[in-house]
Amino acid sequence: MSSETAEILSAMPAGQRGRIAGFDLPPEQRQRLLEMGLTLGAEFEVIRFAPLGDPIEIKVRGYNLSLRKREAAGIRIIRL
Amino acid sequence: MSSVATSGSTTDQAVRRVAIAGNPNCGKSTIFNALTGLRQKVGNYPGVTVERKEGSFFGSHGEPMNLLDLPGSYSLQTRSPDEAVARDVLLGRLPGIARPDVIIAVVDASNLERNLYLVAQLLELELPVIVVLNMVDMAEKAGVLIDLPALREKLGIPVIPMVATKGVGMIELKQALSQTPLQKPKHRAPFEPLVEEEAQQLANSLPVPLELAFPEALLLLTLHDQALDELASHDGAVIDAARQAQHRIREAGLDPISVLVDARYAWIHSVCHASVSRPGTDDLLSVSDRIDMVFTHRIWGWIVFLAAMGLMFFCIFTVAQYPMDWIKAVINAFAGWVDKQMPESDLQSLLTGGIIGGVGAVVVFLPQILILYFFLGILEDTGYMARAAFIMDRLMSRVGLHGKSFIPLLGSFACAIPGIMATRTIENRKDRLVTILVAPLMSCSARLPVYAIMIAVLIPVASVFAKAGVMLCMYMLGIVAAFLMAWFLKTRIFKGETPMLLLEMPPYRMPSFTSIALRMWERAGLFLRRAGTVILALSILLWALVTYPKPADPQTSKADALAQSFAGRMGHAIEPLIAPLGFDWKIGIGLVGSFAARETFVSTMSIVYNVEEDEDNRTPLRDTMRDEKHADGTPVYTPLVCIGLMVFYVLAMQCISTVAVVRRETNSWRWPLFQLAYMTTLAYVASLIVYQGGHLLGFQ
Ligand SMILES: Nc1nc2c(ncn2[C@@H]2O[C@H](COP(=O)(O)OP(=O)(O)O)[C@@H](O)[C@H]2O)c(=O)[nH]1
Repeated sequence: MSSETAEILSAMPAGQRGRIAGFDLPPEQRQRLLEMGLTLGAEFEVIRFAPLGDPIEIKVRGYNLSLRKREAAGIRIIRL
Repeated sequence: MSSVATSGSTTDQAVRRVAIAGNPNCGKSTIFNALTGLRQKVGNYPGVTVERKEGSFFGSHGEPMNLLDLPGSYSLQTRSPDEAVARDVLLGRLPGIARPDVIIAVVDASNLERNLYLVAQLLELELPVIVVLNMVDMAEKAGVLIDLPALREKLGIPVIPMVATKGVGMIELKQALSQTPLQKPKHRAPFEPLVEEEAQQLANSLPVPLELAFPEALLLLTLHDQALDELASHDGAVIDAARQAQHRIREAGLDPISVLVDARYAWIHSVCHASVSRPGTDDLLSVSDRIDMVFTHRIWGWIVFLAAMGLMFFCIFTVAQYPMDWIKAVINAFAGWVDKQMPESDLQSLLTGGIIGGVGAVVVFLPQILILYFFLGILEDTGYMARAAFIMDRLMSRVGLHGKSFIPLLGSFACAIPGIMATRTIENRKDRLVTILVAPLMSCSARLPVYAIMIAVLIPVASVFAKAGVMLCMYMLGIVAAFLMAWFLKTRIFKGETPMLLLEMPPYRMPSFTSIALRMWERAGLFLRRAGTVILALSILLWALVTYPKPADPQTSKADALAQSFAGRMGHAIEPLIAPLGFDWKIGIGLVGSFAARETFVSTMSIVYNVEEDEDNRTPLRDTMRDEKHADGTPVYTPLVCIGLMVFYVLAMQCISTVAVVRRETNSWRWPLFQLAYMTTLAYVASLIVYQGGHLLGFQ
């Protein structure tokens, strides 16, 4: 979870796999993301970006979820 | 509190109360419908506009049971009014709604981990829970293997595999529901010892019945600061105790926000580890992924999207025309028949002109509304709706809305009423309200006849393309106005954090036409009841306004009689107000009449100008309007007046049914009245600018 190696989700290319490493988001949003399965250490894969570049679609815990880059920028990840 | 007291007893003579809970889209409604058939009723929960579906069915021994369909939710830690209702019912917090005796927890077998999160919370409620493992067919196709005995063992509750769309598993579900006594769950997710201890302590201090205290305490422990501040369901002492408990948890190096969620997911992981396997599916692209490579492609995605929307509109505006014509014919024939059965009298005119004509004017839109709902049902059930929101979100976010607002706005092109009712899928309250407030700016089909006649007056001999161009401009004006208003409302009136978008992209599925048909039937009923009652009352009022007071001389022409009627007087009364727009009192009568329904403008103007109304041929009315002169001999319908009048109809909220529906959906008079005020102002100012500005620029 050291911030040197952690990158942010929104900067990942499609096809990239990674692991959730932390959040820089207000508590309410953080809790929501946790409950949707984005817990620390959870693995994900970036599936694609919407035609206009935002939102971003990821696969996590076997299902597909899209979220905006704005929030994805607050999710720290480690590439796998 | 009294509801809690009665709900505690699980006497088996009483009718068992069953609640269905689950994530959105896991098949709850399908199961609900399969169990209850048509023995169901749809209403609202008291004080909120969350749909409440209740029904009854018989258990496997023929004993009657009650079934309540809870709104789909991802968690009991709620963010949307829908989720709050699900939580409050399960905690027995809603007055007048007894706490259920047993919960059916529906999970999507092809997406087990995320779906089990809610189940993990339900197991903490100390109520019997039966898990329905739905969509096992989908899971099989996706290559997910589930070891049922292991899953039952790990969860410690009955698990019933099901394919709800085929009725597979219903008998087993009924058998499980008929068990006496029902077993409470044996397991739940274990928490850190410190958290367990704090939760137990907090539970002991809560002034609620014993079996509710622990789940309430868990919810309080995980609420973040701001939510605790806003909490209305507990008093200050409880909230302070919760704060202190959270503080102690933090002191111990744990995060109250995540500690329970992490523990639940860790437990789910161990459950799934023992019972779910996905042999060799890791690198395979699912069918949905492959479809999405086209449907959300940078170029193809737009083509598919535009084609889908185009098809929907084509059907709404052309295919619907046939049943609409039939309905119109039936209504006219019926009015004609009633006319002949009775001597000429006020009653006869009330029945034919007021009631049949007025209600008929609304019923005519039923085919369009049904077609709209049919498409919405298909879009939703196939899973394409989420893709449409995915594609449109970027554009919608520019004005502070999100992708989910797109469909209700689109639906409003047919009629604002179904559009506004479709906003229920928007979780965030502010987003939903803004969408409702701007939806009537989209040109609905009731404006079409008004645009048509005004364009005919404006450019009678122009080509079809020029006419279509003007029409398109009016539609565009409505869209631009809706987006500007949304932006204005979001930045000025509903300030605050832009809510985040979390959009589940479900796998594509074959829609079930019976369930879509059932929903269309339900919506059609709602539309007819809600709009019908108000429209009926207003049609009678409007009929009275144009009929009374009657002229003393029975030979008076219809036009003169109208001029002397209340409506005529109102037209005169508002003339000073609308004169700056270039409208005279006769147009004023049309405006007054349009408050019942916009398309009555044409029929009202036909009466005003004493033209025989002819459905297929609007030429007489068009020519009369073109020839209409002011007292000083100048024409009334100058190009600027025609354009200004259309602009007025684009922007004004002249639809009493919409007002009524907004009142229902927002649960107060505040928003419909605000909407009425802002839209009327907008319409007035815009046509003022067209007329006066046009004059300044030297136009006529
Ligand atoms: N293949 C399959 N589809 C299902 C099953 N159960 C429900 N569906 C479909 O899943 C979609 C969502 O179901 P619905 O009952 O509306 O879900 P709700 O949002 O939880 O009420 C509908 O298109 C159903 O026809 C099932 O067991 N198998």
